[in-house]
Amino acid sequence: MSYDVPHLPGEQFDTSSDVRHGYPMWEVFVRQRRGLSHVHSGSLHAPDAETALQAARDVYTRRQEGVSIWVVPSSEIHAFEPDEAIDYYEASEKVYRHATHYEIPDEVGQM
Amino acid sequence: MIDQTLAQRTSGEERFATLLEAEEKIEPTDWMPDGYRKNLIRQIAQHAHSEIIGMQPEGNWITRAPTLRRKAILMAKVQDEAGHGLYLYSAAETLGISRDEMVDLLHRGRHKYSSIFNYPTLTWADMGAIGWLVDGAAITNQVMLTRCSYGPYARAMVRICKEESFHQRQGYEILLTLCRGTPEQKAMAQDAVDRWWWPSLMMFGPPDADSSHTEQSMAWKIKRVSNDELRQQFVDMTVPQAEYLGVTLPDPDLRWNEERGHYDFGEIDWEEFWNVVQGNGPMNRERLENKREAWEENAWVREAALAYEAKRSRKVAV
Repeated sequence: MSYDVPHLPGEQFDTSSDVRHGYPMWEVFVRQRRGLSHVHSGSLHAPDAETALQAARDVYTRRQEGVSIWVVPSSEIHAFEPDEAIDYYEASEKVYRHATHYEIPDEVGQM
Repeated sequence: MIDQTLAQRTSGEERFATLLEAEEKIEPTDWMPDGYRKNLIRQIAQHAHSEIIGMQPEGNWITRAPTLRRKAILMAKVQDEAGHGLYLYSAAETLGISRDEMVDLLHRGRHKYSSIFNYPTLTWADMGAIGWLVDGAAITNQVMLTRCSYGPYARAMVRICKEESFHQRQGYEILLTLCRGTPEQKAMAQDAVDRWWWPSLMMFGPPDADSSHTEQSMAWKIKRVSNDELRQQFVDMTVPQAEYLGVTLPDPDLRWNEERGHYDFGEIDWEEFWNVVQGNGPMNRERLENKREAWEENAWVREAALAYEAKRSRKVAV
């Protein structure tokens, strides 16, 4: 199905409105099974942490996708600004940090 | 490797082009052309609204499902549609529009949703035809969208496609059961297929020649396959399934074309399509009214929840 519903000539499509905002947003992290880390699954809106957890269970684990859920207010997630980010990831210059940088003779065997 | 190449691209525009070229995903914090952002908001919002409005035609039959098993399945399916709407609203929100704005724009008729949901569900067999044909068409489109260049949209599609397969199979099973039943049940299945076949083909949108967005969407790798190609894929996949059911598809021009290696099919009634897009389908008014009413009548629940949380956090602060 095409969800790109065609518009009529001259018809405008709005990408904002002045409506006031409701529930705050939460980020959802799900642990798929014991022994694995929690992984980001998506986000949702809820008035409080308890409701956010219940909603996360319904939205992100309807088919046994997880054994544990974390919810975190989206406003508490901090990240590098995209323009700055590139400067932080300079590890590619330091190839000697990788095991494959070192030449060990075959006779030595697996190391 | 791509990271090193990216580091050398100083402008946002160059980085965007490099990512697209390399078949990498564009993520929310990346620079993107304004048109790309707007086009995606439009498409993802429409997709989300479609999932939410799409709960109505099937919700219509929950209380009248023929068995408890069918009722439980239908409830699970409608709940999935709500989930799909939420994944998609989340994906759209990463582009800078809020959930409440999208809902508001839908309610004011400024946003559209797929026209397929503006047709009525008259019999139980419609639950079968919707699962088989409407969800089948949706899967054809959504499998393509898992390769969309925008990361959050593509990831939402992966999740949705996994769940959508259940939807199509349960629909086909409903029709199979009816087709193996009494002559009346079989006739009911045939009637549903007759009514849903053409609208399902229309779901892929206007022919490529008349599709104003297709070219740009393909260049941006939002869309990877054209409307007509997807429609053909769907027809080729569906005809043998109809034969197995023992129902006919309401198209006298439908036949296998040995030369093309595809089924030929008849002309779609585009006048009907545009008429429904313009808001004149059998159910346009009712669907939107229901949605608006549900939102307004339950406003007190949202307000109460916020007031309760405000009160509780004040107590904690003391």
